[in-house]
Amino acid sequence: MTVVVDVADVSKDFKIHYERHQSLKERLLHPKTGSTEDFSALKDISFQMHEGETVGILGHNGSGKSTLLKCICGVLQPTSGEIRLRGSLAALLELGAGFQLELSGRDNVYIYGAMLGFTRKRIDQIFDDIVDFSEIQHFIDTPVKFYSSGMYVRLAFAVAVNVNPDILVIDEVLAVGDERFQAKCIDRIRRFQEEGRAILLVTHSADQVRSLASRAIVLESGLMIANGPVSESLRIFREHLLGDTPSNEVNEHHNADVHIDSITTPSGTFDVQSGASMHFDVHITSATAYSGNFVLEIFTRAGVLVSRSDAQGAPINLRPGANVIGIDLPNIPLLDGVFDVNVGVLDPRGSNVKAWGEKVATLQVTYGGRQSGLVELDATIRQG
Amino acid sequence: MEQPTPPVTVHEGLAHAPVRVMSARVKLGTRLVNLWNRRELLRNLVISDIRIKYKGSALGLLWSMLAPAFTLGIYYLVFSVFLKNGYPNYVIFLFSGLIVWNLFQNAVNSATGVIVDRAGLVKKVSFPREILPLASVGSAVIYFLIQLGVLALFLLVFHHAPDWRMLAILPITFVTLYLFASSVAIVMSAITVYLRDMKHLMEVLLQLWFWMSPVVYSYSNSLAPQIHRHGLTLLYFANPMTLLVLTFQRTFYVSTDVHSLLAGHSLIHMLPKWSAGSFFYLNVAMLGVMCVLFLVSLVIFGRLEGNFESEL
Repeated sequence: MTVVVDVADVSKDFKIHYERHQSLKERLLHPKTGSTEDFSALKDISFQMHEGETVGILGHNGSGKSTLLKCICGVLQPTSGEIRLRGSLAALLELGAGFQLELSGRDNVYIYGAMLGFTRKRIDQIFDDIVDFSEIQHFIDTPVKFYSSGMYVRLAFAVAVNVNPDILVIDEVLAVGDERFQAKCIDRIRRFQEEGRAILLVTHSADQVRSLASRAIVLESGLMIANGPVSESLRIFREHLLGDTPSNEVNEHHNADVHIDSITTPSGTFDVQSGASMHFDVHITSATAYSGNFVLEIFTRAGVLVSRSDAQGAPINLRPGANVIGIDLPNIPLLDGVFDVNVGVLDPRGSNVKAWGEKVATLQVTYGGRQSGLVELDATIRQG
Repeated sequence: MEQPTPPVTVHEGLAHAPVRVMSARVKLGTRLVNLWNRRELLRNLVISDIRIKYKGSALGLLWSMLAPAFTLGIYYLVFSVFLKNGYPNYVIFLFSGLIVWNLFQNAVNSATGVIVDRAGLVKKVSFPREILPLASVGSAVIYFLIQLGVLALFLLVFHHAPDWRMLAILPITFVTLYLFASSVAIVMSAITVYLRDMKHLMEVLLQLWFWMSPVVYSYSNSLAPQIHRHGLTLLYFANPMTLLVLTFQRTFYVSTDVHSLLAGHSLIHMLPKWSAGSFFYLNVAMLGVMCVLFLVSLVIFGRLEGNFESEL
């Protein structure tokens, strides 16, 4: 597989101005611009992306993920190191940043297309697709300043995905439009994947990475702390979620060393009949006594969250040493399929992760009935 | 509402696609290639720039003619009618110099603040940033061509034939003018990001520069004869606009010495008496200088653009 994005030892420093001297008078009065400080937003980042790969970049605000993305898109120049790109690239950074408010949607499609580096001829060919996708047929000749924010973003998204770039870069933009349009965007992204194009996805939503990416990179204050399979990277991401949150809680909480060892069932198997009951035992080792919340997540293989439940009302109390937490599922409503199980221990408020078990078990559900889908609804259909 | 999804096209391999490299310094050659590859964007920006300017105005592009027409009318009134300079066909002399100056002034004035004004774009979309000042120069060139058309109309109306041999040199002069305006525009647009005063400073400087260039007055009234007496003729051409303006005036006004319209009909030395050949060599030399200047301006821009993000 061809390498399409090759990031080699990229660092980016910013100058932080404490006082800005932007006028001539100020520059003359303060010849030494003095109060600036170098801030390094990226430190020696190296990774590669291959054709057909979808890579997620995870990180908190300020972790440097947007800076990295801007470097890859060519908006920023790295301070050192280099980035090699093969093929055309379209970025969904800030949608519609290049739009001219006074001009019509039609004109803007051509200008935005040219900004992304595509010729007028290419845009001519796909113009109808763009308009169809954006669903603003009636307003395409109206100046963009009269557009609603949803129309604006839809048009920009439509241009970026319809030029069929070899590399698509997406930055937190999947929250655009209504749910139906979002579904359409996700659908288009999946088609991109089927076509073997490379996608770089930046987000702080773990769910999006889980459902779309094949690999994930985690950034933490400018350093790359993980680059590997999604589940592994997500684990590291979650661990750092607890690592750097300033905690003014009692120290014993902070020091509590909680670890999820395994998950077992009395029967020793995770195969279950739909509608049957089930019991899990989660084995947890704790260094100290700890009282907190407990979470159970069930995902489909495609990464769709089926259910997330916690013990909000009744905190679990861990003793020092080995603990067993029991989970009872009285009547499993799931239909046929394979499901991943995540469990985790959170602090009492549910905001910090103390321990996380990603995909600790795989649930095999068999179903003999006639319904299809995810869950059993018990619907009765009769003449009204 | 629902359209059938188009069939999945199998994506052709990228093994042979060209590679783009992004690093701290972009080499000059790469900068030029990038600019050339994005000429379509340049064209689009110029067109949209002009369309936005006159959108919703009743007279549209005519406005681009009215401002220079007013300048022309006022200078004619002041110098020819009130101050009685006595130059025959003064309108043609004035106009052929003014269109050169207008291109330069429009280009530099609008390019100076262009990167600051389009900060949203610069911070979000990737393209060679030099395209923004170059688009300002591009719009100025469009207005220049319109004014050139009007000048041709003037020549027809006044039955004033241009110097055909000089006309052959004019494309060289035009390219020189374009490169000079672009170089100044590119450098100024980058400096303004760091020093916002440049915009105001430039407006003042351009006034001074205008009166230093021989647009409204004759060659004999310019500094040239004094400088020449001290053997410093080269100094006179330190202002590149001088040669460009003189070449245009020589092409369209033609006569170097004319009889005054005033009583006495004294002889006025309007333009230097160089042959078309001398003009040709001078213009080619200037073109060479401007090519170098253009490359230098790209290098300066490249040095300055690295920190645009944190300054905007």
